[in-house]
Amino acid sequence: MELTGAQILMKVLKDEGVDTIFGYPGGAVIDIYDELAKTDIRHVLVRHEQGAVHAADGYARAKGRTGVCLATSGPGATNTVTGIASAYLDSIPVVIITGQVPTHLIGNDAFQEVDIVGITRPCTKHNFLVQRTEDLARIIKEAFYIAQSGRPGPVLVDIPKDVGNTKIDFEMPTDVNLRSYNPTYNPNPRQLKKVLKLIEESERPMIFAGGGVILSKGSEELTKFARRAQIPVTTSLMGLGAFPGSDPLWLGMIGMHGTYRANICTGACDLMISVGVRFDDRVTGKTDSFASQAKIVHIDIDPTSIRKNIPVTTPVVGDCRKTLENLNALLDETDLGDLQQKRKKWLDQIVDWRSKRPLDYEQDEDVIKPQYVVEKLYELTKGEAIITTEVGQNQMWAAQYYHFESPNHFITSGGLGCMGFGLPAAIGAQMACPDKLVVDIAGDGSIQMNSQELMTAVQNCLPIKVVILNNGYLGMVRQWQELFYDKRYSCTCMDHAPDFVKLAEAYGAVGLRATKPEEVRSVLKEGLFSPETVIMDFRVAKEESVYPMVPAGAPITEMLLV
Amino acid sequence: MKEEKHVLSLLVDNEPGVLSRISGLFSGRGYNIESLCVAETTEPNISRLTIVTKANQPLVEQVKKQLNKLINVLKVYELTGQKFVQREMALIKVNAKPDNRAEILRIVDIFRCKVVDVGKEHYTLEITGDEGKLAAIMSLLRPIGIKEIARTGAIALFREPKNGN
Ligand SMILES: Cc1ncc(C[n+]2csc(CCOP(=O)(O)OP(=O)(O)O)c2C)c(N)n1
Ligand SMILES: [Mg+2]
Repeated sequence: MELTGAQILMKVLKDEGVDTIFGYPGGAVIDIYDELAKTDIRHVLVRHEQGAVHAADGYARAKGRTGVCLATSGPGATNTVTGIASAYLDSIPVVIITGQVPTHLIGNDAFQEVDIVGITRPCTKHNFLVQRTEDLARIIKEAFYIAQSGRPGPVLVDIPKDVGNTKIDFEMPTDVNLRSYNPTYNPNPRQLKKVLKLIEESERPMIFAGGGVILSKGSEELTKFARRAQIPVTTSLMGLGAFPGSDPLWLGMIGMHGTYRANICTGACDLMISVGVRFDDRVTGKTDSFASQAKIVHIDIDPTSIRKNIPVTTPVVGDCRKTLENLNALLDETDLGDLQQKRKKWLDQIVDWRSKRPLDYEQDEDVIKPQYVVEKLYELTKGEAIITTEVGQNQMWAAQYYHFESPNHFITSGGLGCMGFGLPAAIGAQMACPDKLVVDIAGDGSIQMNSQELMTAVQNCLPIKVVILNNGYLGMVRQWQELFYDKRYSCTCMDHAPDFVKLAEAYGAVGLRATKPEEVRSVLKEGLFSPETVIMDFRVAKEESVYPMVPAGAPITEMLLV
Repeated sequence: MKEEKHVLSLLVDNEPGVLSRISGLFSGRGYNIESLCVAETTEPNISRLTIVTKANQPLVEQVKKQLNKLINVLKVYELTGQKFVQREMALIKVNAKPDNRAEILRIVDIFRCKVVDVGKEHYTLEITGDEGKLAAIMSLLRPIGIKEIARTGAIALFREPKNGN
């Protein structure tokens, strides 16, 4: 069958099961857009290409499958870079297709030419420049395979215009064969035996789970494992939802803004079983004193994550779910004795830490506390909403006060900490899960970074809700200035902001506002149960800070508390 | 922890951009490259890269894992700590005034190198050997006056096991 490159691209995308693409057209992708319109793939026209990648990222996380976006050459391509970097640092499977100038012009500084493959080399899992139409189908297949296998990540495919409009005889490639890429899924049984032995010997074990558990769809196995072995669980920011927030074994999040008990546990445990984490500095604080009494097991599919930042007693290279499955099978054959008895002291100790230092803030009768808004949101949504976040204090309060019961419900830019992520990610999540309530917990600063995507939401009738915790500051930076720079609030005051209610209305969305604590519940109720795109502007306490806080580089057991 | 030289030998896809993926990995992550040599193998679609890097033991483990993670890298071998042969080549342009020509030729003889170009005032020598040999000849030539030098960086292969061993 004779097909053009653009037609071939559509065939392969369909073959990969793609139903939604987030994108923005331009000269270099005009042939691709011409063909796209002839398919039943839904195209979401974003208002900025950064939004397209974040949306594909949000789609991927909510749905648990690869997100796809499309941008033109030059400025279209460069606009995707921040989104790609965010997906890369959080290991999210996204395929980014960019147009490129025709092959004969490459290298000539042609109109709208940039070397996007060169630019994105360090922030993609892999990338390709397609040089011949004959290679296109194979490369697209490889791109999807690489993006979603092993430790997932973004893969960019750059398609020159002539590759898209040249006709060739086409046959669908059958399977992908990459001789140098074979992720290890099955853990070494000998290592697992060692893990089991460590569990048997341990008196104060804890589990530290991360995004890898969610990516491998291993939450159920994790929950089973923790309950069976009676081991308390903390997660990183990326791991929230991997373990039910209502379980008595739940410790809360670890790290710079982790709970008191999770961080103290880390200092006190004698065994840390870490799964699907990478020991980011926001988690470990000072590495020398991190879990210093503990033997550390590290389960991860990416060998480079192991022993990169933290010395490890027992490394296990493998898929998180597979590994937990195998560990559960081993546990079934093992008599761990009377665990209730054995763990009693340790678990009682944790309960004691929890009651002494719960997550807390001071209520105020006249001023809305941002934590209160998140608490009410949690109550009203029964913890079932998909929460995306912007970055800063809003993100941390979302992580602390919304208690996630299941995976794929907390969507945040963890590694890159990218302001402007939440709104487009919410669009992607809502496209992936039309029946779910999707809420972006936002800051007044961050929301201004991609607020143009409100138009995308309204155009596509997406009933996403944006909850702005409007403190009139770039709050997280202000908090650092307050604590470590003698309150010199250099350039963090944001009192010049648009009227968010009017902004919503200008885009055809609904705008609501609350300025007093007693209005919070009713505004949330009205907003959440509206069938439209809604912005809720909560005027919150201006100088509220996120606690606990571990100053950067300090041991995580040394927290500033409320 | 002590930093030492490690010789790594990589088999990689012979295609555009692969070298920049590798050098980009080193620069982006702050790893050190002492030298890097690359050329096609007997299989035209595979190249061999020899990298000499200075790192402590945990870091070199991380470097190897990161290299392995690159999709275009087929194999990563560490030669250091094993039996291997290592060679480097240098072209050395040395002052060759009439009074020191004899000495230069004596050095050429001792080191079994070659004079590959002769000019009015300069000889260009070609020398092959391990790092020590190159260092030795340079220290002898330096007083005579080295005008220019071009070095390849190290290439290396494992030694084959000897019969009866
Ligand atoms: C794109 C980007 N630029 C700058 C930063 C640095 N930064 C981190 S948090 C923050 C403040 C965010 O302000 P806002 O959205 O109002 O959130 P708040 O902390 O007040 O809740 C800034 C500027 C960032 N994370 N991302
Ligand atoms: Mg703010």
